[in-house]
Formats: sequence, structure tokens, C-alpha cells
Amino acid sequence: MTATVKDPPAAPPRASTPPRRPVVKRRLWLTFCYAILVPGAILFVAPFAWLVSASFQHVGDIFSWPPQWIPKNPTLDGYKGFFGIGEAGEDAQGSEGAWRWFLNSAFVATSVTVLQLFFNALAAYTFAKRKFPGRDAIFLVFLATMMVPPQVTLIPNYLVLKHIPFFGGNDVLGNGGHGWLDSYWGLILPGAVSAFGIFLLRQYMMSIPDELLDAARIDGAGEFRVFWRVVLPLSGPALAATAIFTFTYAWEDFLWPLIVISSSDKYTAPLGLALFVVKNRTSWNLLMAGSVVATLPMVITFLVFQRRFIQGISMSGLKG
Amino acid sequence: MTALANPRSPSSDGDGGTGRRGRGKSGHGSGRRGLRRTSRLIWRERSAYGFLAPGLIVFSVFTVFALLFAFYLTFREWNILEPETPFVGPQNYRDMVQDEDFRRSIINTAYFTGASVPLGMAIGLAVALLLNQPIRGRGLFRTLYFLPTITPFVVSAIVWKWLYNGDFGPINFYLLKTHLISEPLVWLSNKNLAMPAVVLMSVWASVGFSMVVYLAALQGIPDQLYESARIDGAGPWARFRYVTLPMLSPSTLFLMVMGIIGSFQVFTQIYIMTSGGPVNRTTTMVYYIYEAAFKFYEMGYASTLAYGLFVLLLAFTALQLRLYRKADL
Repeated sequence: MTATVKDPPAAPPRASTPPRRPVVKRRLWLTFCYAILVPGAILFVAPFAWLVSASFQHVGDIFSWPPQWIPKNPTLDGYKGFFGIGEAGEDAQGSEGAWRWFLNSAFVATSVTVLQLFFNALAAYTFAKRKFPGRDAIFLVFLATMMVPPQVTLIPNYLVLKHIPFFGGNDVLGNGGHGWLDSYWGLILPGAVSAFGIFLLRQYMMSIPDELLDAARIDGAGEFRVFWRVVLPLSGPALAATAIFTFTYAWEDFLWPLIVISSSDKYTAPLGLALFVVKNRTSWNLLMAGSVVATLPMVITFLVFQRRFIQGISMSGLKG
Repeated sequence: MTALANPRSPSSDGDGGTGRRGRGKSGHGSGRRGLRRTSRLIWRERSAYGFLAPGLIVFSVFTVFALLFAFYLTFREWNILEPETPFVGPQNYRDMVQDEDFRRSIINTAYFTGASVPLGMAIGLAVALLLNQPIRGRGLFRTLYFLPTITPFVVSAIVWKWLYNGDFGPINFYLLKTHLISEPLVWLSNKNLAMPAVVLMSVWASVGFSMVVYLAALQGIPDQLYESARIDGAGPWARFRYVTLPMLSPSTLFLMVMGIIGSFQVFTQIYIMTSGGPVNRTTTMVYYIYEAAFKFYEMGYASTLAYGLFVLLLAFTALQLRLYRKADL
């Protein structure tokens, strides 16, 4: 179990089949593998390829039979229309300020990730390396809340946000206005800590030898300094894995923004796209263009951090 | 609850625990002395509470308080459009038990879960097994199969909504062309096809995840196990059945628990692809809760439904862990 975590899955042992198998039989077997893997991969990529292709087509071409996998008359109208740039934008009744949705998503996802990394790591360090009265009891409460599906707290949290005092026209008692509803606060703060993230980081930090921390303490480092200068740098892989997950999750989140946000200039990308479907039923080219733009950050994150990504999944998978 | 809303409160929580422990160790220490020792410890380790404070505050408000508040809501008729929120006792619970549509949503959710979780896991395992062979381009294949998993769910749902389109969708085109069907199917508006269509899309999106988990587990199985199985005369099937599968069982449990938890909460696909239709055939529990709360503004009743979902999930997870432990021993 721990062995898998240490060996990055990206660098597997080359020969996992027996070397003794006769060459012909082995060739046949490998051909069989490809015969399943290749068509399978094509099927899996097809919807994705269609999305990219359709985003470069005119509306009329999207509706053509047979479907065009390679656009005959490639065009950027979809993108221009979606972002309301130039003539195509005006004709296509696109959404002005759609670019804002992406900025909003980027801002919210980045904020959530940074806050979570810091607060999760701080709490994880405290649970992993400090001894203080009540530690186990508090940790147990954290663990127990991991079981609670977010839908149970959805409704009360909606009401809590509505009644946050002093915000959104609310008075001291939290009445009169809309509080943190329809604001970035409401999108970001409820996600600023995650029990699952704390749990994962704690498991990782337990493996840091105490001697290192004690050495820093003897050198006169305060508790926060020990955390910041010793524990954080040593937790790099675990931090990276949780950061990637947090970011993707925050970027994709749909239900919570759907409930919290009501004005279109604060839509996140998924929310904007989903409501776009409802509003402009026929502008599929704009929609496909927007979808491609919403997917790009995820694909780039994955390709850049592929190894960490997969390491993270197997790490959480094996510890979970 | 009020205790937890206060970040300093853990100290009072902890008194009992450490006090007891202290007494147990020394054997004769009086409660008073234990208490003094504990408060000294608390003071010395005060920075630890400070480190936990931000997390605890967010947690106490948005999880612990929210849970209790939701429970309180289940006993009220709470419509956010109306100023009055009368206490109705167990009426919401009584309504829930008799709610035909809610029952329908449970069945739909069970259908979705029962179909999508095993399928996604089985295909993921098959792909992982194939990728664990010494083939060329393993990295490329892994990326291709993983692509759907990293696509934002909203985007996947939008694309598939188009693929399923009755008049112009590519799926119908290819099915017609290969004469598998004789006339176009309206996938998402046909009451028998809508749920399978949503399931298919969800399987497509989830295979990548189980593949990666299984692949990591497969690479963790030591070669010696296969060696000794071979020496004992085990063929390929026997090696798979008695070495690979048992060694994969922690991953299987993990994927199953996560898969069931995830698909009990299915929402995005439903919202975008079918809006719960046709005739409620794809109304899942979370979609039903969403409608109750944010379409009809019945916050009290919706909270009751949410608790129903919670209890079902807990029961399911407990059952799984139990069955699993039994099977393992």
C-alpha cells in the first residue's frame, strides 16, 4: 500500500507479463489488447472531439447530417459570439460579459484553493504533530463531518448566508438584505476548509520525523515558524495533490453557485454555460465554444501536473 | 453547538479526556490536580488552538451549525417567501413517508446508482488490466481514457445532450447508418431511454477515475505472488481470480463507497440533460430536494428530504463496510 504511494504509477515496471511466455502467443495477446484499447479510446475521445470540432463550425454546419468531424468551413464565430466580440457577437445574441464568468471562476477557484491549502495544512499539522487536550475529540468531529453529504447542509447554509450581519444590506441581526447571497463571499468562504483535505494532509504529515521539528524548536523557531519553514516544505507532494483536486473541484462546482448566485455578472463558468443552454436553445456553436474554453484550464492542469494528479488519486484511493 | 461555535471551547471539550487519562496513569491524582494539569497544558499548547481556530470557525458555522439548523427546519413549515415559519411537529416526516414523488426519486436514484457504479468500475478495471500489459503508448492511452473525467461535468452534460439530440444528434446518425435502429430515437424524452442515456454519459465520465485507481493498485501487486501462483500451477484465469482480484479489493471497496456516495448525489447531468423528465423518470433525490427548496421554496420539507437522503447514505455505507469485512474474514 505504501509502496504504491512511493513508486509513482507513471513509472511502472516494464515487464509485468511473464517473460517466459512463447513469443507468438505473447504477440497475439498484445494484439488483442490493442484491438480493444484503440477502439475504446476512440469512443471515449469522440464526444470530446465533437465538442472541439463543433466549436469551430457555423450553426448550420452543426445541424448537418452526416455530422462533420472536421469543419468544412472553419470559423471563429462561435468564440466571437460567445464572448460578444465584433459583428458575429452582435448577430449571435451572445452573452456580453461571458468572459467575466471565466474570470469569476478563476478568482473563486484560486481563492478557495489558496485558503484551503493554508487552513487545511495548518489544521493537519496541528492534528498530526501537536499534543494538546481535546485533540482526538476535535479530530473525531472533523472526521464525522466527512460523512455528511453537502446536500444536507445546502438549505441551512443558504439561509445562513442570507442572514450574515452587515453584508448585502443586512442589519446587525442579519435581517433586511440578502447577506452573502449573490456575492463572492458566499461562493468562497463555505469552501475555505475541507475535512477530507485535512485528513489527507494529516496522514501525510504523520510521516515527517519529529526530530526535524524538535531541531527547529531548539534553534528557537516558534510553532508557526516550524509549520511554515519545516512542515510545509516537506509536505510538497501532498499539498500539490490536494491543491489540484481543490482547484478542479472548485472550478467545476455547479449546485452551490446555482443556488447562491443570481446576477449574471457573478456567474461562474459552469453556471453561465448551464443557464446559457436554457436561454439560447439554438446557439449551439456559441455554447460549444464556451464549453471548450471552460474545459481548457482543466486539460492544461491535467497535462502539466499529470503525474501529481494520478499520484493524488491513488494516494487518496489507498488511504480512503 | 454553541460550544463549538466558540473556537476556544475545545479546551472544555478536552478536559474530560486528558483528565481521565492523567488519572489512569498516576493512579492516585485527584480530579482537581488533573484539572490544573490540563489547564496548564492547554495554556502551554495555546497556539495549537489558535492554529485550529479558522478551520473550526468555518466548520462550526457551515457544517455543525448547519446540520443542527437543518434538523430544526425539519419541524417547521419554512417558506422563505413568507414571514411566518410555524412549528408543525413531525408533519414533514409524515409527508415524506407518503410522498409518491419522493419514493419515485429514490427508485430513480437507486436505478442510476445500481447501473452506473458497477459499469464504471468494471470498465475501469478492464482498461486498467489492459494498460498494465507491456504495451506501447500506455501514457497516451491513460490520458485519452482520463480525458472525460477531467472535463467539467457541466460541459460533458451539454455535449451529450447534443449527442443524444433526436433530430440532429450524431448518436442517432450512426445507429441509423448501421441499421441498428430504423427511426431516430428521442433519447432524453423517452421515458424508458432517458435514464439509461444519463447512465451511459455518467459511466463515460467516471471510467477514467476507476481506471487510475485500479492501475495504481495493480502496479503495487508484488510479482512474487504471481510467481508462486504459477509454480503452483495456476493458469491465467486462476491467477486473476485468486491473486489479482483479492489484492485489488481495497481499491474496489474505495471505488464502490465513493461511487455510491457520489451517485446518490447526482444532480448536474439531470439538471442540464433532462430537468428530471420525462414524467419524473430521471428525477433523482438531490434534484427533487433542489426543486422542493428552490422552486417551491419549501425549506422545511426540503430539509426533511435531505435528512432522508443522509440516513439512506449512512445506512448504505455502514452496510457496505460490514458486508465487506465479513467477506474478507
